Amino acid sequence: MQANGLDERTNLLVEEYSTSGRLDNITQVMSIHTQYLESFLRSQFYMLRMDGPLPLPYRHYIAIMAAARHQCSYLINMHVDEFLKTGGIAEWLNGLEYIPQRLKNLNEINKLLAHRPWLITKEHIQKLVKTGENNWSLPELVHAVVLLAHYHALASFVFGSGINPERDPDTSNGVRLIAVNNFCVCDLANDNNIENASLTSSNFGIADSLSELEALMERMKRLQEDKEDEEASQEEMATRFEMEKKESLLVINGAFDDEIVSTDVSRYIEDPGFGYKDFARRGEDHLPTFRAQDYTWENHGFSLVNRLYSDIGHLLDEKFRMVYNLTYNTMATHEDVDTTTLRRALFNYVHCMYGIRYDDYDYGEVNQLLERSLKVYIKTVTCYPERTTKRMYDSYWRQFKHSEKVHVNLLLMEARMQAELLYALRAITRHLT
Amino acid sequence: MEKMARVTTALGGNALTGRTMFCHLDAPANAISVCRDAAQVVVAGRNIFKIYSIEEEQFVEKLNLRVGRKPSLNFSCADVVWHQMDENLLATAATNGVVVTWNLGKPSRNKQDQLFTEHKRTVNKVCFHPTEVYMLLSGSQDGYMKCFDLRKKDSVSTFSGQSESVRDVQFSIRDYFTFAATFENGNVQLWDIRRPDRYERMFTAHNGPVFCCDWHPEDRGWLATGGRDKMVKVWDMNTTRAKEIYCVQTIASVARVKWRPECKHHIATCSMMVDHNIYVWDVRRPFIPSAMFEEHKDVTTGIVWRHLHDPYFLLSGSKDSTLYQHIFKDASQPIDRANPEGLCYSLYGDLAFAAKESLISSDSNRKPYIGDRRHPIFFKRKLDPTEQFEYISSSSALSVFETDVESGSMDWFVHTAKQYALAGRPLPELCDHNAKVAKGLDRNQVAQTWTMLRIIYSSLSTVSSTNLNHSMGKGSTTLPLMNSFNLKDIPSGLGSESRLDRSKGESRSENILMDSSSTLMNNEDNEETEGSDVPADYLLGDVEADEDDLYMMDHENPHAEEQEYSLPQEAFPLRHEIVDNPSALDHLQDKADSPHVSGNEAETVSLTPVESFSLISISHSLYENRLPSDFFNPIVRDTLLFYAEQGDVQTAVSVLIVLGDRIRREIDEQTQEHWYTSYIDLLQRFQLWNISNEVIKLSTCRAINCLNQASTTLHVNCSNCKRPMSNRGWICDRCRQCASMCAVCHHVVKGLFVWCQGCSHGGHLQHIMKWLETSSHCPAGCGHLCEYT
Repeated sequence: MQANGLDERTNLLVEEYSTSGRLDNITQVMSIHTQYLESFLRSQFYMLRMDGPLPLPYRHYIAIMAAARHQCSYLINMHVDEFLKTGGIAEWLNGLEYIPQRLKNLNEINKLLAHRPWLITKEHIQKLVKTGENNWSLPELVHAVVLLAHYHALASFVFGSGINPERDPDTSNGVRLIAVNNFCVCDLANDNNIENASLTSSNFGIADSLSELEALMERMKRLQEDKEDEEASQEEMATRFEMEKKESLLVINGAFDDEIVSTDVSRYIEDPGFGYKDFARRGEDHLPTFRAQDYTWENHGFSLVNRLYSDIGHLLDEKFRMVYNLTYNTMATHEDVDTTTLRRALFNYVHCMYGIRYDDYDYGEVNQLLERSLKVYIKTVTCYPERTTKRMYDSYWRQFKHSEKVHVNLLLMEARMQAELLYALRAITRHLT
Repeated sequence: MEKMARVTTALGGNALTGRTMFCHLDAPANAISVCRDAAQVVVAGRNIFKIYSIEEEQFVEKLNLRVGRKPSLNFSCADVVWHQMDENLLATAATNGVVVTWNLGKPSRNKQDQLFTEHKRTVNKVCFHPTEVYMLLSGSQDGYMKCFDLRKKDSVSTFSGQSESVRDVQFSIRDYFTFAATFENGNVQLWDIRRPDRYERMFTAHNGPVFCCDWHPEDRGWLATGGRDKMVKVWDMNTTRAKEIYCVQTIASVARVKWRPECKHHIATCSMMVDHNIYVWDVRRPFIPSAMFEEHKDVTTGIVWRHLHDPYFLLSGSKDSTLYQHIFKDASQPIDRANPEGLCYSLYGDLAFAAKESLISSDSNRKPYIGDRRHPIFFKRKLDPTEQFEYISSSSALSVFETDVESGSMDWFVHTAKQYALAGRPLPELCDHNAKVAKGLDRNQVAQTWTMLRIIYSSLSTVSSTNLNHSMGKGSTTLPLMNSFNLKDIPSGLGSESRLDRSKGESRSENILMDSSSTLMNNEDNEETEGSDVPADYLLGDVEADEDDLYMMDHENPHAEEQEYSLPQEAFPLRHEIVDNPSALDHLQDKADSPHVSGNEAETVSLTPVESFSLISISHSLYENRLPSDFFNPIVRDTLLFYAEQGDVQTAVSVLIVLGDRIRREIDEQTQEHWYTSYIDLLQRFQLWNISNEVIKLSTCRAINCLNQASTTLHVNCSNCKRPMSNRGWICDRCRQCASMCAVCHHVVKGLFVWCQGCSHGGHLQHIMKWLETSSHCPAGCGHLCEYT
């Protein structure tokens, strides 16, 4: 079985190499989870290279714009190359002043989507599609939105997994590789024994972390077995949700210095100061919680996206489903563990930070399952991925395998992408009705 | 509202009356359900749970079930159902996964009866048993269905779909023990309520989630399902395998389906997204809804027929916070608005016309098509006497009008397309070849164009063509006149000539614009020599004039242009002379081709270059010592535009391809693309696939180029296990067998595989071809008479 899995992985990598002519580190890291990688590559290939409303260079430029919001120079450089290869106008790479107004108009929605997607309203959509010489058609807009969300989320993954630029001798054709400060340094891609490497031998006491693991499993078990006896009232549930939101506030104190964004990146962004602002701390402008049941991906998002940009819905659907259901029934050293609750907690916690609430979820579970260091990590990776450090990555779940942490990253990435898409698509739906 | 009809129907004594009406709810509705007596309706949503009574003129709020200071999430309903036997009993499915029953008979304000908190995720659907008072069924996002006995505290049995979320559950109306469940992965399962361990049957109904299902109220075997794939399907469950008997394609994902009472084939649907209307379909006529209710401003979330046996009243709730009662008489009927006539041209100019029969007969009385009507073919749809009244209007007739065989013949197009050479040889040869082809088909004008192109662009001599143009310019003046002529009026022999004239005119006028300084004198020359056939030495004289012109200054420009505009009238009578004198053309052409002339030109060449560069500042290296061929690009461009304008897109595209980069930049991308697509379309309609592909390959437009790269994938299923073969086309990963064996040599076919569409046997292309030369039976021995064409 193991051999089979490896075989499958090799096949997939060979296929990817033969179609794209490269094997980037993202692909390599993701290849730990072969099943997922397949649907990831398929959807990415579709949105970048297959028939679609947007011309090819546009797609790569949008990817650059999206990655630039998180100063992800790795993705930027990758797509600068692709942009030029697909016949993009080199001048555009000098910065936003050089691009057509039409692309420039996408800035606003890019900014919101990246940091505070809940602020997107139908007015933003209307502004973009309003007839005029620089207007976007709805299919084009949906394509762009999908690309933006994909690359914001991918930036999270890149920083979360500490993916470094490929060691390529001749990348210096005009585009310098730059090291952003705080850039995560754990170079997974060059670690050939990822699966076998476990972090148990870190500085922290092994016994200590093992007991942590046991406790976590115990809690999961309890949650799975007894569906709580007391019926939590709506108040209680709401309070729990609010608490999670509030707590996510405290998870990171906003005491980060404003990083100096290197000019290589900043030329692709506008209003660099705009960042994630906690949904919970809205105060002045009271935004209603997004009720997941009122606008779900399965019922609404899919139909809209597929209507306007055919087939992408199926690919994304498959990807979301894949990541949500992916499990090896293992946790660190234990086997035969049902990790459903844990995965759901991760997924819903990300959505919680974006103000999306599930009626049928008890947010108390998040508190029980996700330790503080993990919450810090989740919040950083999803909201300010550029601030992720190796220390954060190491400090949670110390006894877990790398592959499991990559799995976590995948979950965070897809949850984030879905959250962004839900907000954007809801705005488009409202515009349509 | 005045126009709204008032409807009264007798239903076993109690009459249902009412009109189209609505009321505002305070919040968006998620689901609605009616009481058995059709007098009350319950509306449930995230923030609403109310009962309205349906009065004659309006809805009246009867009861608000959402009580208590801080309503709990249990009130946030995803679905609601009113028991059809006990009018005091309701059940709701809450978004937090709780199933709640309500007893309206309770004396207290809070009517909440029982709470079942067994589901872990949102409950999507609840359903009462149609004849059993205490049996309630629920389907949830967590993938489980639970059956509750309302007399007990917990569920009686749990059914695990073993797959993803349950979207809908419905008890069969006739089979006491059966219920259907639909799933997010596209499956439908049938369960026996007594056997919770395993479903009785399962089949895949839709691609993507199946949002809803409904059993037919009369026909016990029929189940309608609606899915995210925008389809409504009707399944006949009587056979061992569920058989799809009807399929309706809607425009958006289907959220609810409800059979219309008393109408066997009618079904009401509403959609989940984008489309706010409610449609009532006749499943036998799936292309157009038979009725449509357009009142809602946002997505309709719940539909229900008001009474079990009344087909005229439909209630609906919507996200736009309204509750509507729709009356069938007020429904809009898209059929009335649909255009019942269809009109289409065939390749050969035949015209087909389909219309309502009544319309046709009245038309044919008037005989509008007398002239063209050769062999009218007449089809008529036969009426099925068993079909219902709504079909009467749908009988229609199709007439085909054939045009004159002679005039409509497109043979020349096919021949030209086949014989033209577009690439692979040097330009002069291509031009010569194509000119010959055109000439062979009596298309002298086109032949002439090719010859001109050769002269212009082949490096032999560029200047000679100037002369050619000038001398030919004689005809230029006929341009506007020609436009007033209809091709039909001219005998076909003349037609081509007159067209030729026009082309000359075009190139001429462009010529004027270009080297306008030279035209002034030149025009005068023309006028003087008009009428006479081109004398042999005229050419030379023209050259001289040309040279003179070249020394003239630019300030002559405006005059030249004015001259151009005034020209047409003067030259009015000239056209006939030229038309009547086709020999002039050949004459001219010979001149241009003759070595004598070229020799002559060679001399002039030495004079012209300097001036030409000063006149039009084009830096050029290739034709250092001659007039640059770019010089004529505008002329050629206009020639092409002219041809395209005339409908001869073939010539335009062919020239475009042959000249390639020489002319490409002169014509804007969009126009080129347009020409290419038109030409390719024509070629494909004549089934000239190879040529169309060649054109695609040779085209320089990116949009065209990628045409033959789209959908080039051929998906193959293994002939053994019927699964798709993902890796290689000839070996199946699953059953490890080679799927495509050649029926002749019994080896695996890895390259071109040809197979009979009748018996699906096949093999190597060569082998099959050879086989079928000698035998007409299938090589596999199946006895099928295969055909290879």
